[in-house]
Amino acid sequence: MKDQFVVPARLKTTSFVLMGIGLLTLLIGIFAFHGEHGSTRFWAGILQNSSFFTLIVLASTFFIGATTLAHGGWQIGFRRVPEAISMALPVLGGILFLVVMLIVFGGKEHIYHWVNVEHVKHDAVLTWKQAFLNKGTYTGFMAVTIGLWIFFTIKLRNMSIEEDGWDLTAASGRRILWRNTVWCGAFIVIYTLSVGSTTPWLLLMSIDAHWYSTMYSWYTFASTWVSGIALIILFVAYLKRNGYLPMVNEEHLHDLGKFAFAFSIFWTYLWFSQYMLIWYANMPEETIYFKPRVWGEWRGIFFLNLIINFIVPLLYLMKRDTKRNYSSMVFISIVILAGHWMDFWQMVGPGTYGHLVFPWYEAGLAVGFVGLIIFLVSNQLSKTALVPKNHPYLKESIVHHT
Amino acid sequence: MAVKNFVVASFSDEAVLFPAVKKVRTAGYKIHDVYTPFPIHGLDHALGLRETSLHTAGFIYGITGTTTALSCMSWVFNSDWPLNIGGKPHFPLPAFIPITFELTVLFSAVGMVLTFCYLCQLAPFVKKHIFHPRQTDDLFVMAIEVTAKTNTEELKSFLASIGGQQINEQRAEAGWWYGRFDKDDRLFETKRVEAVNA
Repeated sequence: MKDQFVVPARLKTTSFVLMGIGLLTLLIGIFAFHGEHGSTRFWAGILQNSSFFTLIVLASTFFIGATTLAHGGWQIGFRRVPEAISMALPVLGGILFLVVMLIVFGGKEHIYHWVNVEHVKHDAVLTWKQAFLNKGTYTGFMAVTIGLWIFFTIKLRNMSIEEDGWDLTAASGRRILWRNTVWCGAFIVIYTLSVGSTTPWLLLMSIDAHWYSTMYSWYTFASTWVSGIALIILFVAYLKRNGYLPMVNEEHLHDLGKFAFAFSIFWTYLWFSQYMLIWYANMPEETIYFKPRVWGEWRGIFFLNLIINFIVPLLYLMKRDTKRNYSSMVFISIVILAGHWMDFWQMVGPGTYGHLVFPWYEAGLAVGFVGLIIFLVSNQLSKTALVPKNHPYLKESIVHHT
Repeated sequence: MAVKNFVVASFSDEAVLFPAVKKVRTAGYKIHDVYTPFPIHGLDHALGLRETSLHTAGFIYGITGTTTALSCMSWVFNSDWPLNIGGKPHFPLPAFIPITFELTVLFSAVGMVLTFCYLCQLAPFVKKHIFHPRQTDDLFVMAIEVTAKTNTEELKSFLASIGGQQINEQRAEAGWWYGRFDKDDRLFETKRVEAVNA
């Protein structure tokens, strides 16, 4: 039984090449987009990519938290995969924090126009929002939440590794369940109060600081959560293809596929809830958000977004067979990831650089982030055994049958 | 609807039932059905039943609901009785979506329930022969159809050898008929082993 993952040289090379492309794009971006207005696209691209990729690796921690609290035993067989993905968070979270700090304190007012204090004085709406939307609150909130995400991610990972060294007794089994439940419960509260509420307001919604939507955070959460599941599927399929994870079979893949199916529909539900109420009420301060997206240059992207992230997964994942086949699941996972990356693109783009452009720069950065995630996750996977051998639910995972 | 002969065996545990099902099938006997007190995961595969098409039926009912909702609403608001509601277009798709969704769910849910009842032959006053009163309580009951080739005595001893208990022969209606359980058959008082219904 291949229990210990060894990073293949080819994977390492691939990740370095991808990271190289990302860095190269970043360098080209520095020269291509400069000046007061020109640098807007430079920063918007970094903001879009770093927030998207940070939140999708954080979704793995949420996956661990949610399945642990629900006492779901089926995922134990591949539990080390979301664990390893979540361990990319310290690096990606650090990058995100650095980026937003540079934007806020670098005075990039074309990204967040509320950072210009002089401008806020003459703006009634922003003056009202100033008590919340200011540099201090922003910095404090980001520092605390990113710090807490990283803390809980590392804590859950370390607990899982530590449990491998315990004796396999009923008492230790109970202890594993108890302390995982407690820590995951605490994490879910933090996660909900940040990603389910305030983080997307500050990170992305404050680009359009005059506008607000109460669905925005859940919408962002749904987008990153379904992408996070797609990422887990990709790594599980990769390991399976290379002969690891012998206990994982189509049954587990099928359940992951159900998650991807269900949360694609959940994302659509939130997409529609946000759009329909604004469309129906038809109030100018709310419809302004959809003006460039539905009636402007971004119209094509806006509806393509709905097709790729709703129609395609809905029809594709409806059949049982597609959810039980590794190749088809890899294909749809890549579609979902690309679709939700595009979703983030149309969330950031219209409010910053405005015009619809061919996203070579944004896509190049995304390639870099993908390389970084592959590098970090494969490194983490190789650090410990691929199966948490003492977990009381391991047997449940082995005999799992959907 | 046909009256057939059956050899019936009871099993006390699903751990005995599963290998027994496999052995009976390997031996070539024709299992009429297996009755269990609770749903057993994987028994349908062990019995060699084909995958259900209920979900395909559900999909068809669902798109029927979608079509019904969209066509009905667009007919009402565009040709039958056009109204100007808040300056919205006559075909306000976003406003139609919730109703379309609800009708899709309603059609597929109701349709699937009715189809399920049809497939399981469940309906008021539809009666079926009960091979053993304890099949809904604590026994796993296997009914094997006696065909022209079946040697009944051999089958009985074979069932006994693989863990079957209370093995008996019954002559009963294989399908369903109209009737009432409280009138036609007083289940828990009957001592008959040879139950004959027609």
